[in-house]
Amino acid sequence: MYNDEHEDVIEVTDLRRVYGGGFEAVRGITFSVARGEIFALLGTNGAGKTSTVELLEGLAAPAEGRIRVLGHDPHRERAAVRHRTGVMLQEGGFPAELTVAETARMWAGCTSGARPEAEVLELVGLTGKHGVRVKQLSGGERRRLDLALALLGGPEVLFLDEPTTGLDAEGRRDTWELVRALRDAGTTVLLTTHYLEEVEALADRLAILHKGRIAVSGTPAEVTAGRPSRMSFELPDGYFLGDLPPLADLGVCGHESDGGVVRLRTTQLQRTATGVLTWAERTGVELRGLDVRSASLEEAFLGIAHEQAQGVAA
Amino acid sequence: MNGTGMTAQSRTTGRARGSERGGGTTPGRRLWALGRAELTLLGRNRGVVFTALAVPLLLPFTVRPAMDQVDLKKQGLTLGTTLLTAAIGFSFLFAVYTSLVNVYVARREELVLKRLRTGELSDTEILAGTALPALVIGLAQALVLCVGCVALLHIGAPKAPYLLLPGLVAGYLVSAALAALTASFTRTVESGQVTALPLMFVSMAGSGITVPTEVMPHNLASACELLPLSPAIRLVRGGWTGQLSAHDTLGALLTALAWTILAVFAVRRRFRWEPRR
Repeated sequence: MYNDEHEDVIEVTDLRRVYGGGFEAVRGITFSVARGEIFALLGTNGAGKTSTVELLEGLAAPAEGRIRVLGHDPHRERAAVRHRTGVMLQEGGFPAELTVAETARMWAGCTSGARPEAEVLELVGLTGKHGVRVKQLSGGERRRLDLALALLGGPEVLFLDEPTTGLDAEGRRDTWELVRALRDAGTTVLLTTHYLEEVEALADRLAILHKGRIAVSGTPAEVTAGRPSRMSFELPDGYFLGDLPPLADLGVCGHESDGGVVRLRTTQLQRTATGVLTWAERTGVELRGLDVRSASLEEAFLGIAHEQAQGVAA
Repeated sequence: MNGTGMTAQSRTTGRARGSERGGGTTPGRRLWALGRAELTLLGRNRGVVFTALAVPLLLPFTVRPAMDQVDLKKQGLTLGTTLLTAAIGFSFLFAVYTSLVNVYVARREELVLKRLRTGELSDTEILAGTALPALVIGLAQALVLCVGCVALLHIGAPKAPYLLLPGLVAGYLVSAALAALTASFTRTVESGQVTALPLMFVSMAGSGITVPTEVMPHNLASACELLPLSPAIRLVRGGWTGQLSAHDTLGALLTALAWTILAVFAVRRRFRWEPRR
């Protein structure tokens, strides 16, 4: 058995997935997730997130590569893994005509060590919905039912494929809080999302997927490190980029202007902002649409898509 | 977390209490859970319930005029036993085969099968548990038909009753396995009304459901004995007439077994667990 506190609960090596038509959705990715960690796979639609997580759930065999979940191959050694994992697919998968309580009871009968159904339904805020048929639930309520059932067996590893898609802001925050509490109690969580704020709110580590490959991975700080900050504003008529102090002196590493709108990229945000604002103050210019933001996941995310599109990054 | 951290944690994960519950699932418990849910769903689909329950009771009467033109007595058959085997044959086809084609396709398209595969059920358990209510209803229906025919049509007690159960089990198992196979190449519930037709027609015409094989020309009858549902019908009919030799009984059982193995093998290779995208 696995007892080491610090071992990697999920290990993925050179994973590839090729669909029937020959489409290569996952093109050789490697990562690992430690016990008690929230790991996020971030990417645009079609980046390969769901294709990857389905392989980890053991729903299909990879074309190439190796997967270990709790020390086992989740596809070939299905019985050794399933009673220790909880899965939330990207889309429901519950009969429309069953009620919430009937669905939970069915799932409980198929789950080792299942806790009382009412308890997990309460955890996700579906207490008042026991008698409601699945088809009458809102999209967000269905996501929460799905989460409740993934938690039914008290899993050690939780796979959440876009867990908050369709949830309103409050529901999303509730889910985040629940996932954090699970992590704090030792559950390992692998989640996919295309919401940057979800990654910022939850992830201990992340990987940004792009076209089936991992473009960058690490802690949020590691992923944003080395990414430039941004500053943008609009110059009034009659003023041009050349009227500003020399950009290189302000630490600016890249710029573009479009009409009156100026966008600067900088590795020294404070120096750039001070320089520009001092100049504006001195010349009596009002900078409309002033926006100053430090390096963020969004920056990293958009930067990666941009670089890959231009073939800059290999 | 605050001072009640541990309780809050075990409350969230449910793990600490998992060992206390010690509730490992067993295949039996999982099949029961899934079968019960399927039965609930079946009860909510009145159209399917009607087809499954009423058609096998009503259809045999449409066969009756054809029977009147056949010299049944010469073949050792009576009208009553012929109607009974027809009804049981329709039960194979309507209570189990077509109804399960629908269920398998519907569950696949709703992503229910995919979701079940993320859990502890094995693939075989998923297919078996889903089929459970239809199989139980079919079997119960056959027993009701047998008793009803004895009581109302005065067909007398079966002369070789030990053939009835193998016959019924073979018929329902082959029907369920072929339903899973048919569902593998059926994209929607609607197209299931077409993809299920070949087996329906072939069985009605050739397996002794509407026309007793005993009245067919010998060569044709021998060929028809190899059809998927023929062995089950022969066993049931033989169970009543007592006119199935040991040799023929063995042949029927082996044919049924061969179809079951073939269907299970094909389902293992071909079954689609999620919709095509």
